[in-house]
Amino acid sequence: MGMLKKMSKNTRSNLITYGIVIAAFLIMQTLITTGSISSLLEGLMVPLCIYVILAVSLNLVVGILGELSLGHAGFMCVGAFTSAFFSKCMRDVITSSLLRFFLALLIGIAVAAVFGLIIGIPVLRLKGDYLAIVTLAFGEIIKNLVNVLFIGRDSNGFHFSTKDVMDLNMEPDGTVLVNGPQGITGTPKDSTFLIGVILILITLFIVTNLINSRDGRAIMAIRDNRIAAESIGINVTKYKLMAFTISAALAGAAGVLYAHNLSTLTATTNNFGYNMSITILVFVVLGGIGNIRGSIIAAVILTLLPELLRGLSDYRMLIYAIVLIIMMLFNWAPKAIEWREKYFSFGKRKKEAVK
Amino acid sequence: MKMLKKTASLMLASALMVSLAACGSDSGSSGSSGSDTFKIGGIGPTTGDNAIYGTAVENGIQLAVDEINADGGINGYQIEYQFEDDQSDSEKSVNAYNTLKDWGMQMLVGTVTSTPCTAVVEETHADNMFQLTPSATAVESIQYDNAFRMCFSDPSQGSASADYIAENGLASKIAVIYNSSDTYSSGIYQTFVTEAQAKGLEIVATEAFTADSKTDFSVQLQKAKDAGADLVFLPIYYQEASLILAQANNMDFAPAWFGCDGMDGLLALEGFDTSLAEGLMFLTPFTADAEDEATQTFVADYKENFGETPNQFAADAYDCLYSIKAAAEQADITPEMSISDISDAMKTAMTEITIDGLTGKQITWGEDGEPSKDPTVVVVEGGKYAVLQAE
Repeated sequence: MGMLKKMSKNTRSNLITYGIVIAAFLIMQTLITTGSISSLLEGLMVPLCIYVILAVSLNLVVGILGELSLGHAGFMCVGAFTSAFFSKCMRDVITSSLLRFFLALLIGIAVAAVFGLIIGIPVLRLKGDYLAIVTLAFGEIIKNLVNVLFIGRDSNGFHFSTKDVMDLNMEPDGTVLVNGPQGITGTPKDSTFLIGVILILITLFIVTNLINSRDGRAIMAIRDNRIAAESIGINVTKYKLMAFTISAALAGAAGVLYAHNLSTLTATTNNFGYNMSITILVFVVLGGIGNIRGSIIAAVILTLLPELLRGLSDYRMLIYAIVLIIMMLFNWAPKAIEWREKYFSFGKRKKEAVK
Repeated sequence: MKMLKKTASLMLASALMVSLAACGSDSGSSGSSGSDTFKIGGIGPTTGDNAIYGTAVENGIQLAVDEINADGGINGYQIEYQFEDDQSDSEKSVNAYNTLKDWGMQMLVGTVTSTPCTAVVEETHADNMFQLTPSATAVESIQYDNAFRMCFSDPSQGSASADYIAENGLASKIAVIYNSSDTYSSGIYQTFVTEAQAKGLEIVATEAFTADSKTDFSVQLQKAKDAGADLVFLPIYYQEASLILAQANNMDFAPAWFGCDGMDGLLALEGFDTSLAEGLMFLTPFTADAEDEATQTFVADYKENFGETPNQFAADAYDCLYSIKAAAEQADITPEMSISDISDAMKTAMTEITIDGLTGKQITWGEDGEPSKDPTVVVVEGGKYAVLQAE
């Protein structure tokens, strides 16, 4: 405890966050190995990791950079499709699933980062609502581009088309790798819970260290007062792009995890369109803008909730929405905060204990 | 502020632990399956854009389960049935599958839509669970030997349509309007074009639309008209088809129309002027106004129970249950058997049975899981479906 006290407040808070993730992993892993957990929860472990990474990475843009981005799912889409394409091509060449996944991960992250950079350069000149709408449009463009992409491979090499499969003009021995709206089928199932948790820890490490670094303080200075930041010589474009690109790259990593968790990959509104972007934003807002640990917890709860409500059959999405509203109010409405302070004194005592 | 965050995260964390704990205890009780009933699960979208198909399948299965149970069940054992929603999303579909597994499912009827089915078949293959999909049309949806399907696959519908048009000399110049963002539509389109070229049909225009732009078809129709098409092939669902027919009428474009099983339901569409569909031909395994007794009983029962006219999805789902019953009786399986043993027995039995169902007579299955049944070509005449030719 003495050592904990000596650390800065930030380091201590970060260590607690890592601790929560590792503890959650150990508990769930033990439950899975002993078989005392439902198949539903076991199957939800990788998706949970995906959403946690997405929420934490979006929090970097929304909470730390202070810009509203509604195109986060687009970067996830880029990471998912490039990595799935790679894995499908290399399925028979690289047989070690770990090595193949690692390479796919690097490719997915790199391509998502490049897209983040390309999109960030024009987009980050805008701010506020304008930025939100333009990122939304970019997310949709990425989704629609993927939906018209046809790629096949035969003895002559790769064939590309944006029209249809017949337009690929392949030899009879050719196989279609990316089939437009039908997407990519037959991606190897390489994602595991362990890989997911490691990726969460890496994401946390990158994001928390960035926040506490010189660059992170510059980014937050831009958020708090752009003109003041500029006046003391902070390169606004550079730092904005840095946060945006890192966030895109991490979303790409989540996409890689997503693509290798299911054997089919299609770009629909629900998984890579604005619906998903908004879902991720909801995680961030509910968990607290700028609060990394809150993002993790909110992502976990909001992913589990609709699945745990399955008993209510068709009413579950309705109940989910109502629960969402209640949780938002409970967390953020001034009256609710007042009420909580009045009746739940444990928060106060805890605060004194920390002092 | 800091205290608030702490309280909030503490609350959320405790809520999480409670929900996890609740979930853990659930799995304990539902893990053991009752050994005196067959547990059959179904997966499909009952909420979201494709809810109409999932609900039809859910009801179709329910009707068949009630009938079979009233008749004494399968091999003397009653059936327990549970249906889970997947919103036509692969990830949620796998979640639904895992939920059903926790419930103790022994055989799966599903999933309703193609892409989620391809994701779920990977899971059923790993668990070796018997799977029969009523309506997933993509080839990959049943790529493993434990999976069978009740409907026609995309390629078989596409090539059957092209064959029918060519053999009956319906047209020399064909235009195609399809939904490029839909797996079903683009799947049929691809095989239709391939087969049409093989049969020497000339395709003069291929026009696509997407889910984001499915209200105005004037551009596509104008191109088809300019190209001089005398037949327009529509491998799409009836909602869009109704708009296409109305808009073509407005621009005095009157080619022959040919569709696939997605057209079923067109005449029942509210506010649709049925005279526009006069002469429309389409391939379908099922029409609700067929004359035979089995169909009429089914339609009447369905209307009584669920208050609407059943579509092809409901009929496929209904047939699925009777196919499972026939195969289960052929293999003489019992609920005490393990999931994997049931699957192995059913795999063989499915290829041995012959079914007279609502969606076809003398249906048999190959080892690849594809059904062999004859498509019926239906034409709209005087505001009603009339069977043009049962091939």
